[in-house]
Amino acid sequence: MNSQLDTRIGAAKAEGRAALIAYLPVGYPDVPTSIEAMVAAVEGGADVVEIGVPYSDPGMDGPTIQEAVDVAVRAGVGMADVLSAVSAVAAAGAVPVVMSYWNPIERYGVERFATDLAAAGGAGAITPDLIPDEAGAWLAASDAAGLDRVFLVAPSSTDARLAMTLAACRGFVYAASTMGVTGTRSTVGDTAQALVTRTREVAPDLAVCVGLGVSDGDQAAEVAGFADGVIVGSAYVRQLLDGHGPAGVRALSEDLAAGVRRR
Amino acid sequence: MTTTAPVPPSDASLSRPRPEWPDATGHFGPYGGRFVPEALIAALDELSEAYEAMRVDPAFLVEFERLHRDYTGRPSPITEVPRFAEHCGGARVLLKREDLNHTGSHKINNVLGQALLTKRIGKKRVIAETGAGQHGVATATAAALMGLECTVYMGEEDTRRQALNVARMRLLGAEVIPVTTGSRTLKDAINEAFRDWVTNVETTNYVFGTVAGPHPFPAMVRDFQRVIGDEARAQLLAREGRLPDAVLACVGGGSNAIGIFTAFVPDADVRLVGLEAGGDGVETGRHASSITGGDPGVLHGARSYLLQDAHGQTVESHSISAGLDYPGVGPEHSYLHDMGRAEYRPVTDSQAMEAFALLCRTEGIIPAIESAHALAGAITLGKEMGPDALLLVNLSGRGDKDVETASAWFGLAEHTAPTDGDERAVEEGRGGEPGPPLGDADHTTVQDGDAL
Repeated sequence: MNSQLDTRIGAAKAEGRAALIAYLPVGYPDVPTSIEAMVAAVEGGADVVEIGVPYSDPGMDGPTIQEAVDVAVRAGVGMADVLSAVSAVAAAGAVPVVMSYWNPIERYGVERFATDLAAAGGAGAITPDLIPDEAGAWLAASDAAGLDRVFLVAPSSTDARLAMTLAACRGFVYAASTMGVTGTRSTVGDTAQALVTRTREVAPDLAVCVGLGVSDGDQAAEVAGFADGVIVGSAYVRQLLDGHGPAGVRALSEDLAAGVRRR
Repeated sequence: MTTTAPVPPSDASLSRPRPEWPDATGHFGPYGGRFVPEALIAALDELSEAYEAMRVDPAFLVEFERLHRDYTGRPSPITEVPRFAEHCGGARVLLKREDLNHTGSHKINNVLGQALLTKRIGKKRVIAETGAGQHGVATATAAALMGLECTVYMGEEDTRRQALNVARMRLLGAEVIPVTTGSRTLKDAINEAFRDWVTNVETTNYVFGTVAGPHPFPAMVRDFQRVIGDEARAQLLAREGRLPDAVLACVGGGSNAIGIFTAFVPDADVRLVGLEAGGDGVETGRHASSITGGDPGVLHGARSYLLQDAHGQTVESHSISAGLDYPGVGPEHSYLHDMGRAEYRPVTDSQAMEAFALLCRTEGIIPAIESAHALAGAITLGKEMGPDALLLVNLSGRGDKDVETASAWFGLAEHTAPTDGDERAVEEGRGGEPGPPLGDADHTTVQDGDAL
């Protein structure tokens, strides 16, 4: 099956660098500005944009992302806005992948979500609170629509769970580099590299992207030294929370994009 | 029987046959399961395995029974309440007195089990979420008893409504962290506790307070709470020679209800009735009746009924009772509802407070406002079922913590100007005005300033 994510991350690899994956939630500070910020992230050098679906109970996210997402939830931002963002990111030349907690997808309808996401040009979805064990409906719908599906692995994942999860992934696997919620950290830590190594031993052909903690170009370079892709979320959102707007997002992207090329 | 003889493990609730559900991966039909980040799966697996080993370990069973008896004060008694029952269509009403447990509610049953489990897996720190503060107090108590470090997350709104319980937890040595995200109530406290757990999982165990959350919590908490119904069923057979016609309990997350229902699930003639918090009325949208007014979805790690909008966002719940003010419900309740084994009904704030006052004045028992929802259910159901009905009501907690809220509701304080102890009552204009009548239990008029 042709995978947009695999193709784009593979292209970066062919250039001898890691891919840059930028996360931004739809609807902060409002829908048009959030989409503008995503496009700015692409213009600054992001290869992939993780388009965040606002959710009232984002249990895996730290205070930075929750603060932004709460605004979007209160404004009633929904899947229609998310699909607009998907189209805009695709038009800007990056690969759009939706990042959503499971309930908004289930509420929208799993098959309907897959169909509409594919139609909008989306690559697939990252589902942080959906493990493959519970993903029967999503596995079927993403197969039917030809979508990528990204599950998470963690340092605490057993070998058996690692193998099961990697077998269910398409596009890439999201390696949560530290135990904990999203947020910028001053060090990314050795656990990330160890997890990437374990992942590659089980699934050498699947791209491994590392998230949770990267905030600047130097850290991006460090992660790019051992991973196929560098995922940055809270640092992007921080640009918007601090009022730097799409211009701040673009500048951060440029710094990070240089980082992933320094590996 | 001397008071020091160990209870034989063969009598222990935990050794009784369990319901056929959940399956090995925690599914109650379509409900339950695990909807959590992969980072927590190892910890949940560790808990599941350690719990399954512990529940058949005779040494644990003896210790658990000893704590129930010597620390909590089990078995809790059954009290018949005839003066209250005069308002229930003549039905007989028997209360299962979980309010008399040490710490004042059924919550202690569960935390003693989970605290022993924490020690068994070698962790030194526990975290908990709390709404009314009852589970937080119980967890802080067990942590003090067993020498564990304890952090309790509590919505900022609830720390105001239940200030007494915040002080109790701090007296017991626990750290109480007010949660300022989202609606600042129980659901947000759960989010924060999960965040703490995913960050500190190597050293920390999450002592979950109700029969919700990811597997194994719904089944494990049920097993720890089923002692309520196991005792009550034997107590009724001994004193009445028969089973009750209906068993009633309030349902927020639903642990006291599952606790009293489980023993009676195989007794097909016994109606199981869960009373949800109806707030201002389900039709107003301001309520916490997840089954009556919600639909299936995923929240806090499990699929179950929940209050949600068209986008799948959790809708804020509303109830005068902090302990029931939760937009979800345990997956086993969803399953019992769908299979028709249990029925769920809403009780409004007003109905609950009327029943609260009635029990105070007819029987000299101040119930928790949570439990007052079950009492209100008995008033309605008794009238429906008639004078021959025998109703068993789980009085899950006592109302000491609710005196301020009740004072504001009924306008009973000497100086009726409301404090910020119950912002909601103030918002609704009930605090400073003469409250609704306390009920005509004794055909007397309540005087302004009459103290409960």
